[in-house]
Amino acid sequence: MAASTSEVAPPTATPASNDYAPSFFTPAEWAFLNAACARLIPNDDNGPGAVELGVPQFIDRQMGTPWAEGALWYMQGPFLEAKAEFGYQSALTPKQQYRLGIKAIDEAVQAATGKPFAALPPTEQDAWLKRIEKGEVKSDALSLKSFFGSFLLKNTMEGAFGDPLYGGNKDMAAWKMIGHPGVRADYLEFVAEAKPYPYGPVSLHGKRG
Amino acid sequence: MAVVNKPVDVVIVGFGWTGAIMAMELADAGLQVVALERGDDANTEPNWAYPKVVDEIAQSARNGLLQNLSKTTVTLRHGKDDTAVPYRQIGSFKPGQGVGGAGIHWSGVHSRVMPEELRLKSHVTERYSAKFIPKDMQLQDWGVSYDELEPHFDRFEYVCGTSGQAGNIQGRKIEGGNVFEAPRSRDFPLPPLADPPTSALFAKAVRELGYKPYALPAANASRPYVNSYGCQLGPCNFCGFCSDYGCINYSKASPQTTILPALYRKPNFSLRTNAHVLKVNTDSTGKKATGVTYVDAAGREIEQPASMVVLAAFHLHNVRLMLSSNIGKPYDPETGEGVVGRNFCYQVLNSVNLFFDKNTYINQFMGAGGVGQAIDEFYGDNFDHGPLNFIGGGVIWGRQTGNGPVRGIPLPQGTPGWGSAWKQAVKDNYLHSGRIEAQLSNMAYRGCFLDLDPTYKDAYGSPLLRMTLNWQDNDQRLSEYVGGKLQDIGHAMGAKSMSGRIIKRGTDWDTRAYQSTHINGGTAMGTDPKTSVLNKYLQSWDVPNLFVLGANVFAHGIGYNPTGMVGALAFWAAHNIRSTYLKNPGPMVAK
Repeated sequence: MAASTSEVAPPTATPASNDYAPSFFTPAEWAFLNAACARLIPNDDNGPGAVELGVPQFIDRQMGTPWAEGALWYMQGPFLEAKAEFGYQSALTPKQQYRLGIKAIDEAVQAATGKPFAALPPTEQDAWLKRIEKGEVKSDALSLKSFFGSFLLKNTMEGAFGDPLYGGNKDMAAWKMIGHPGVRADYLEFVAEAKPYPYGPVSLHGKRG
Repeated sequence: MAVVNKPVDVVIVGFGWTGAIMAMELADAGLQVVALERGDDANTEPNWAYPKVVDEIAQSARNGLLQNLSKTTVTLRHGKDDTAVPYRQIGSFKPGQGVGGAGIHWSGVHSRVMPEELRLKSHVTERYSAKFIPKDMQLQDWGVSYDELEPHFDRFEYVCGTSGQAGNIQGRKIEGGNVFEAPRSRDFPLPPLADPPTSALFAKAVRELGYKPYALPAANASRPYVNSYGCQLGPCNFCGFCSDYGCINYSKASPQTTILPALYRKPNFSLRTNAHVLKVNTDSTGKKATGVTYVDAAGREIEQPASMVVLAAFHLHNVRLMLSSNIGKPYDPETGEGVVGRNFCYQVLNSVNLFFDKNTYINQFMGAGGVGQAIDEFYGDNFDHGPLNFIGGGVIWGRQTGNGPVRGIPLPQGTPGWGSAWKQAVKDNYLHSGRIEAQLSNMAYRGCFLDLDPTYKDAYGSPLLRMTLNWQDNDQRLSEYVGGKLQDIGHAMGAKSMSGRIIKRGTDWDTRAYQSTHINGGTAMGTDPKTSVLNKYLQSWDVPNLFVLGANVFAHGIGYNPTGMVGALAFWAAHNIRSTYLKNPGPMVAK
């Protein structure tokens, strides 16, 4: 976790990262990832946030999959500039996106504030994330707007709402928050009724929530 | 040197819906049939067994059942003077991979076609005028009539165990069915599925607006079913994992659930997986196919001689194989001459998310790919186009296909993408939102075509197929018109707010967001070898022992989902091969 100072976001109730040692992310990157996740899905009255759900762990574990090497994508050059409608046109793999993206954000934040992103108070973290989302923070290495929208935010949502077997959605809490029954996948008796579904979620491992 | 296999009667390239249908029909006729599939073998058990397959991360976020684009993809551009770039990640359309092809991860909407769509140029000229057709629109008749295809539509529906309610049996109109549909010889094999909340609200609202809703035909079984091959389906349980997923329940029709168990018993059929076909081989005259060359899993190049070749891969690969095999004259958009790659089309999809109050339960996690209520008042030429001055139409539906949070939770306009306000909105809307859509025709244009990319290559060193496509004025105006009706229906359903995507004048084709896998055209069937690649029997005009199946044979993009048409055309081609071609192999239509 980030070095704790009085300005750091308050510690979360049950940080899923306490008993997890990241394989891909360095300590500085891990601090960024935990801090960013805590702002993208905050821990609030509606339920646990991304950190409590284990999202940083999900993302770290995803870094060990073929997807993170770009193995599911066409990655032959030349890599040309194209209109946004033509989708991803970068040679960077997800691993490289995280490595370069976190470095670029931390450098920009450091240059402006003298501190890494993780050491900023939450309101300032939010302001930085909003500027990054809008494309207002630039890097020579990559598009930070694309890193934010297509990787950091997208993977955070995947981790929060994916099955717990991938490391996130601890105790199926994200499913419980929205009323999603997970993999129950059997609604013949309920489909014609526009009523609340009566059962809690089930995970791929058969655990009931 | 390539290894040369023992010759067979028929080699089939690709083993999804059309390959399975053709293999079954030709093996049944006693021919020695070999199917080549470049992906892996797959079956309900173990590949789509519960709960393993109902995993949104594996299937929807990481595209577990889709084509791995790292080996081969296409390139994309909007116009012929642009530089194309690769389709690097799955977006707008989702080609499948492996045995069953896109017949595994499809939704199951199982429509036919309207008779006038098959003779669109003649129809528009007769009802309006030749001048009604815009200058760059390449309208043409398909060469086959609805009446000729009807027994084959029927056949495919009875193979699939399709659920639905007839609206027109031999000219007798039936209330509750689609009263606009062309006559069918008999009712659907199974009754309609139950209506989930989105469909029930849609049906009520459109009825109040004066339209006639019908249950969308769905190849998701509403009852237990045994088809003519002896293959069994179980009733759909609305599990919510349909599009992107293999069916856990033997309910969604696929080659595996409806054909392959019977086909695999035939000793004169064999399947080779991990066989990537590079080209169709021809003799020195170029007028006779001698077989195909493929690469196996170990990287060996293998030649498979055959008396007859059937291209039954997905749309993209069939067109690419025709171009890489130099069969048929490639289309040239400058001169308008040539045929292979001509009339490449898609569909126009407008999608509107509806947000209801907290007492209205939609429960979007429940659903089935094909279930829904629809209206055809704005389909094809069911409405007068004269004052509107555009050609085409489409189907408007309230489907509930099943959705989960990794697939994306639609939220009202203006909702932030993250943070506590986003979280509140997700919590408030997930159970109380639904979606309605209008799926529209896409006409053929001189500037929309397929050819080989000059720069990018696949893992085997072959050029990628290049798509040149953008929305054109006629189709954008159609979309604005029907898009307006879609929003009216959304209001009538009682939505407190709406968000979504209506394609309008000035909207470019966005290849990032999924809309449908209904790309079509490129090896059109037709009556004239100057404007089509295949005759009405799906036989190559140039190489008569080559047959080409798939949506690539369409002459323009119809508004309905194409699988019903694709399957019926495969049965139609097989029927004519059996009844005519095999007795006297050669051109079935004089050139």
